[in-house]
Amino acid sequence: MKLFENPFGIHEQAVSVRNKRMELIAANIANADTPHFKARDLDFKKILASSDPAPMAATNVRHFGTGETEDPSGLVYRVPYNSSVDGNTVEIAVEQAKYGQAAADYQATLQFLENRISGIRKSLRGE
Amino acid sequence: MLKNVFGIAGTALNAQTIRLNTTASNLANAGSISGLEEEAYRAKRPVFRALVDQSDLNAGFSSLGGVKVNEIVDTEEPVRKVHDPGNPEANEEGYIFLSNVNEATEMIEMVAASRSFQNNVEVVNTAKQLMMRTLDITKA
Repeated sequence: MKLFENPFGIHEQAVSVRNKRMELIAANIANADTPHFKARDLDFKKILASSDPAPMAATNVRHFGTGETEDPSGLVYRVPYNSSVDGNTVEIAVEQAKYGQAAADYQATLQFLENRISGIRKSLRGE
Repeated sequence: MLKNVFGIAGTALNAQTIRLNTTASNLANAGSISGLEEEAYRAKRPVFRALVDQSDLNAGFSSLGGVKVNEIVDTEEPVRKVHDPGNPEANEEGYIFLSNVNEATEMIEMVAASRSFQNNVEVVNTAKQLMMRTLDITKA
């Protein structure tokens, strides 16, 4: 285990992605009454796929590339369950649920980081 | 950063406050009368716009993704014309013009604005808790 080379592993990037998602959903809630506003979200899977450290190399012209070549920012528009007259796609109940979920995800990432830190502490103390 | 969440929710709190203020103004002027049709009070409505451009940042808004009040428009409904010759404001034909404020609509606007305000307060609360937990990470 590369505890001291890369102590936080993927969670270091994960916490910034979680942050970005909180920000986006906060913006959706802020614009719940803005005409023509389109709600956005982050697709965690797409971001994870684009950060793949070892994609399969296409060494021959007849090789197909692997993985998705989509926008690595992972930004997607939310597809609303119901349309609205003013063109706004924010559904406040959906956004509230997603915000709660994003907060829980953020806390999960924090918990992983805390565990890593306490692990390092323990190994340094040698108890 | 999480602090952007505070900025975004802050712009929304501000916008919803302006919406509440216009509603209060409309309700206060529901009984206003005028002797001239064009001077009669018309209900005001704020029009929101998302902060998406660099120009918004230059205008002093701290974070993109928030919301601002783009303009405040008068509603289009016709004002009510009432025959009341005894009224000191009445015109030569004895008519006065009442405002076009609909009290029921204003009450609904008020509740909607206050609910949206509460939503954004919750956003701030949650972000604050997460930020405090992030600060505590070193104590693990």
